[in-house]
Amino acid sequence: MTLLEFRDVHVTYTGSRGRIPAVRGVDLTVEAGTTLGIAGESGCGKSTLAMAVLRLLPKTAEVTGEILLDGEDLLAMGWGRLRAVRWTGASIVFQGAMHSLNAVQRIGRQVAEPMLVHDKGLSAAAAAKRAEGLLERVGLPASRARSYPHELSGGQRQRVMIAMALACDPDLIIADEATTALDVMVQAQVLQLISGLVSERGVGLVMISHDLSVLSSVCDTAAVMYAGRVVEQGPAREVFAQARHPYSAALGAAFPVIGDPASRRNPGGLAGDPPDPARLPEGCSFRPRCAVAVERCGEAAPELLHIGGARSSACFVAQEGEPVVIG
Amino acid sequence: MTADGPTPADAAAPSGAAPSAGRRPGRVANGFGRYLCKHVAGAAVSLLLVLFSSFFIFRLIAGDPIDQLTKERPVSPEERAALRAELGLDRPMWEQFWDYIIGTLTMDLGDSFQYRRPIFDLIVERLPATILLSGTGMVLAVLLGFWIGTRTGWRQGSRYDRGHVAAGLLLYSAPTFWLGMIVILVFARYLGIFPVNGMRSPSTPPQFWPQALDIAHHLVLPVLTYTAVVYAGYLMIMRSSILDEIGSDYLTTARAKGLRDDQVRDRHAVPNALLPTVTLVFLAIGGIVNGSIVTEAVFSWPGLGSLFVQAVFYPDRPVLQALFVLFSASTILAVLAAEILYWFIDPRIRKS
Amino acid sequence: MTASTPTPAPAASAARRRLARARRRQSLARSWAAYRAQRTGMIGLVLLGAIVVLAIAAPVLVDESALSVTQATGGRMEPPSAAFPLGTDEVGRSVLALTLWGSRISLLIGLTATVVAVVIGTAVGVTSGHVGGWYGWVALRVSDWFMVLPSLVVAIALLAVLGRSMATTIIVIALVSWSGTTRLVRAQTLTVQSRPYLERARALGAGHWHQMTKHILPNVLPLVLASATLLVPSAILMESSLAWLGLGDPNVVSWGSILNRASDNGAVSAHAWWYLLPPGLAILLVVLAFMMCGRALEAVFNPRLRGESA
Ligand SMILES: Nc1ncnc2c1ncn2[C@@H]1O[C@H](COP(=O)(O)OP(=O)(O)O)[C@@H](O)[C@H]1O
Ligand SMILES: [Mg+2]
Repeated sequence: MTLLEFRDVHVTYTGSRGRIPAVRGVDLTVEAGTTLGIAGESGCGKSTLAMAVLRLLPKTAEVTGEILLDGEDLLAMGWGRLRAVRWTGASIVFQGAMHSLNAVQRIGRQVAEPMLVHDKGLSAAAAAKRAEGLLERVGLPASRARSYPHELSGGQRQRVMIAMALACDPDLIIADEATTALDVMVQAQVLQLISGLVSERGVGLVMISHDLSVLSSVCDTAAVMYAGRVVEQGPAREVFAQARHPYSAALGAAFPVIGDPASRRNPGGLAGDPPDPARLPEGCSFRPRCAVAVERCGEAAPELLHIGGARSSACFVAQEGEPVVIG
Repeated sequence: MTADGPTPADAAAPSGAAPSAGRRPGRVANGFGRYLCKHVAGAAVSLLLVLFSSFFIFRLIAGDPIDQLTKERPVSPEERAALRAELGLDRPMWEQFWDYIIGTLTMDLGDSFQYRRPIFDLIVERLPATILLSGTGMVLAVLLGFWIGTRTGWRQGSRYDRGHVAAGLLLYSAPTFWLGMIVILVFARYLGIFPVNGMRSPSTPPQFWPQALDIAHHLVLPVLTYTAVVYAGYLMIMRSSILDEIGSDYLTTARAKGLRDDQVRDRHAVPNALLPTVTLVFLAIGGIVNGSIVTEAVFSWPGLGSLFVQAVFYPDRPVLQALFVLFSASTILAVLAAEILYWFIDPRIRKS
Repeated sequence: MTASTPTPAPAASAARRRLARARRRQSLARSWAAYRAQRTGMIGLVLLGAIVVLAIAAPVLVDESALSVTQATGGRMEPPSAAFPLGTDEVGRSVLALTLWGSRISLLIGLTATVVAVVIGTAVGVTSGHVGGWYGWVALRVSDWFMVLPSLVVAIALLAVLGRSMATTIIVIALVSWSGTTRLVRAQTLTVQSRPYLERARALGAGHWHQMTKHILPNVLPLVLASATLLVPSAILMESSLAWLGLGDPNVVSWGSILNRASDNGAVSAHAWWYLLPPGLAILLVVLAFMMCGRALEAVFNPRLRGESA
């Protein structure tokens, strides 16, 4: 059963620099109980897409298309219904746990808050009890409920965020760079925790990271984003093992694999910076950095097309069956 | 506004704290001890400086108090000498200074020239009136300023925001004494619905309730004036503090949890925005004292402020000196209180 | 210590000076454009200009003899009429003439006191931030102490012992207002101090005086200008409060002293609104105009606030 579906989602920011198309036509689906990984360099629109789900983007962002959660379009919902869906239908583990937690409120209260908001019959004491249970579930002592965020380490704070995301038993959890700020050991622990919880509770997970090694260990399917578009999609193992888009290939080479010290010492490079979304190049937006670009790439932007099996790619070269990696 | 009320430019948020691996209770008590010592010592030095400067201003610059004391009658040189000896003015300066310090610390403030009574008694007698007026006014101004400031900051640029900022600025620009005169002219003279000045009418029956009602009736116009002039400062403090919080990640978290906009504001933005304002509110005590002196003078309110102004014109030097020390000391102690309070309300500073 | 930077060849130095001047002109133009974009700031500036013109032109508009008690031509507290558009005071002088002339003293005291306060504040701020150490610590404590004291109490006490004159009023107001500038300038000095070009200047052997006047001061001046513009209104309000209490110079007419005479002579109980409104509204307008300009300047020069003004 389809849990979450993006249909031709566009997000455009209007700022002092003019209109910035941060997300440009994304179609993705997440089946109930499965895990989707979204990869891509910083600035390619991953967080924007994640925030669009619960309509948390600032007023300067214009969102079009459809985002269906359990078949219901979140973008067309009234505010009351939207508030009811927030955190019960889908919850988010935010990027920076330090700033995403309220610095002057105790942990326990912050974890219990969504339960009290969504379940009017719940007593404060019962909610506090459940919050302590959740903290224990993510590997923190229940006494931590009385701590303030600054009294915890980075890894502990991230665990609090996860406990908070579980508070209302959502069908979907979106983890936006949930492990990025952590050091490698803690990162592995937190990843294990997340994947354990997901399989135990059967919730859907959207895992966002710029680090492929993080995604490959957790995800069923994977999507690679570049400049606001999905450029490659397919079963996670296949996408990371054998990329069918030159960008995914470069991205895979740029990051070390957990447990493989050689890859850490010798990261494959990707020259140049991602394009400024306000001034995208003609044709394929990856062309200026692409090693296998052909003449067609400058004329039209390639669509995301099936290229056999469960895989799709938005690369003319890959669509013609040629290899996307040189050498 | 009489003078230096709080301005948003002073707003300095405490810097965020780096992560730390839990805290041990022993270390915290120790930390508080050190924090307390540091600030108490600072306040003590400030208080000493006040005593020293008041002695300097009133004994050394002001000239011979005997001239002031005996200005209405001719005095013989013998009489002068006797008076000098009685007041201890014939002794060396440092001895007088020592006596002055000891006297002030033991609440022995000397006698008023004007009332021929111990100044301590005068102060005790008039303190309640001052506390009633400035206390009520300050509480109202803080509540009103914070209430509106929160909402204007939260809806920055809206009509509500622009309207309230303009109104606040306008009232902030009005001199307190003039606003008081206009308020008296309109509400007491033209409309006749409130008394012109003072704190009670002689004709009121002496029972508790009639007296309380009468005082409340007299209190309305002074408090109105005082609040009108002072609240804008608090409005701007709170507004800029809220503006500093808007766009913070924890507010997005709160929104994502399904809270209503007003719940996000009141449960999350306001507690965070309040922290940096606490010190500013206490720092603005100086402005409170300024405002209460002028307000008491306009409305002939029988408090310490009007006593101070009377003492200037009598001139009643011992009273001036005592009130100078009292007013200054109370602002210093208020700031100290703010610093101590800050320890308890901001969990972040405890670990530094 | 004195300046001791190596002196480059005259021609090169002249060219560099020209370049520096052009750059300064450019940044001035940019600031002006940013200022002009703010409507309230422009309204304040126009208002202020009008008031200053009236104050300067007062002797042309109304002869000084209108202030004389003995040559007064009107009756006691006459309401507005054709001869006296804003009525008369208790001895029959025109309130309009008094208010016009009062603007000169109120503005003069407010501006002079601010200049004195800003000069003291900047000097103490720059030196304490730059020199630091024992001196910097003491300067900081002293300015903190002044910041906390209730300014009106200090001003009244000082005026009570020093005597009433324009000079003492100015000194006293400056004395209770310098500390805010010191704080601001000190903080800014510490920021500038850590910038690489100052380290370079130090490495080249620049003396303290040279560092402070050539590098630090130009960087703190814009902020000082903005804060000074906000200091003028509080100085004007302070002057009017002191004068209203009867602590002003008895020989001059300021807005505060007009209102002092009004309350002493029962203008409120006589319902003489024409006697009360003009000087009070004048204070309000001047203060408002300075506040509007100051807030706009602050938004131009203080990057933290820049987003807010948009
Ligand atoms: N509030 C905003 N206003 C304007 N542009 C924004 C805003 N937030 C993000 N962007 C722009 O949108 C693009 C995508 O940002 P984001 O979704 O945060 O990327 P990612 O999470 O993949 O790093 C970036 O170019 C960024 O500059
Ligand atoms: Mg991101």
